[in-house]
Amino acid sequence: MTAVSMTVNGNTVSADVEDRTLLVYFLRENLRLTGTHIGCDTSQCGACVVHVNGKAVKSCSMFAVQADGAQVTTIEGLAKDGKLHPVQEAFRENHGLQCGFCTPGMIMTAVDMIRRKPVLDRETIRAELEGNICRCTGYQNIVTSIEDAAKRMAAKDKAA
Amino acid sequence: MIPYQFNYHRPKSLADAQALLKKSPDAKLLAGGQTLIATMKMRLANPSDLIDISGLKELNYIRVDANVVTIGAAVTHAEVAESAEIRRALPALAELAHLIGDPAVRHKGTIGGSIANNDPAADYPAAAVGLNATIKTTERSLTADDFFTGMFSTALNDGEIVTEISFPLVERAAYTKFRNPASRYAMAGVFVAKSKGGVRVAVTGAGPGVFRHSEMEAALAKTFSPNAIDGIRVDPSDMNSDIHGSAEYRAHLVSVMAKRAVAAAMK
Repeated sequence: MTAVSMTVNGNTVSADVEDRTLLVYFLRENLRLTGTHIGCDTSQCGACVVHVNGKAVKSCSMFAVQADGAQVTTIEGLAKDGKLHPVQEAFRENHGLQCGFCTPGMIMTAVDMIRRKPVLDRETIRAELEGNICRCTGYQNIVTSIEDAAKRMAAKDKAA
Repeated sequence: MIPYQFNYHRPKSLADAQALLKKSPDAKLLAGGQTLIATMKMRLANPSDLIDISGLKELNYIRVDANVVTIGAAVTHAEVAESAEIRRALPALAELAHLIGDPAVRHKGTIGGSIANNDPAADYPAAAVGLNATIKTTERSLTADDFFTGMFSTALNDGEIVTEISFPLVERAAYTKFRNPASRYAMAGVFVAKSKGGVRVAVTGAGPGVFRHSEMEAALAKTFSPNAIDGIRVDPSDMNSDIHGSAEYRAHLVSVMAKRAVAAAMK
């Protein structure tokens, strides 16, 4: 067992974990943050995407010990003071989900995408969603949601 | 999926990493882990120890000078893809990095890991061979032609660590790949580079390892245009054959990708 300590959604957390514990299991089972999903478990589907030190990664493909000392953000950490993140808001309004299983990963990927590329066209959004699979095949509204969110966030930045 | 037990180490320097490797003969280096961790989860790999070199500052740099792009082994695919300096000096290399996996994989995967793993469908080996790169290790410098020795195998000795890769700048270059739509790995990827020294054509994904196509190189050295390789036969007996595509299909893809790469390099 190894002692790990990291900041998850702004809270410092510490635990003893087996070195082989994947970050996704640590988040779900130790911290009970079950918003991060395990889909394929082979790094294909993106249901497990979280941010580590500000970058989107697949939490099924790294160990919790690798995140020792890191800043981690999960889907639970996006809303602030009971107010949804603009990307969450856009998914809600544009019907960007059907069954919802892929949604946490889609939203974490979208937030990362908009951070790197504030101006997005639909083709770029589709290319950036390469590593996220929606088995309801609801891509159309997911793309629309991300497009809408990027525009809202740009407008907000301008106003600020 | 849960891998076998192992001990994780995060050395503070390359020297520490070497010492740890020496101590544990069944240890593996963890660079980005985007292949190794998946392999461990499938229980196809069972290292006693993982030595995480991804955070080593001495392996994390990009240098671009008049003749060469030099990249430290721990630089991620995303960093290469997004480097303004590499985009300017050697755009084909940045574009290749941008085509690896997906954004989350590119945030973790590293150039050193990709080169050392030498997956037969990996992208970087094509750039390294196509650009006649030099691979520096803790022991020596090797040309890419000498470094890659076959499927998942390289000239690396036990305990030897890739530290940097230097890509000479060229007049023209481009990389084109045909992806497997599910795995996103190259079914066939071709890197074409034209320099004063001649033309190099490096193929990944289609055969058991990265290889050069000398007939195409000779034809393109005479006339650098897609039509120059019309009629050059790619031998299917050198190609992989599996559920994703027959050897004949892959041989055909190599020709098509090579032509597209030449056309892209001419732009």
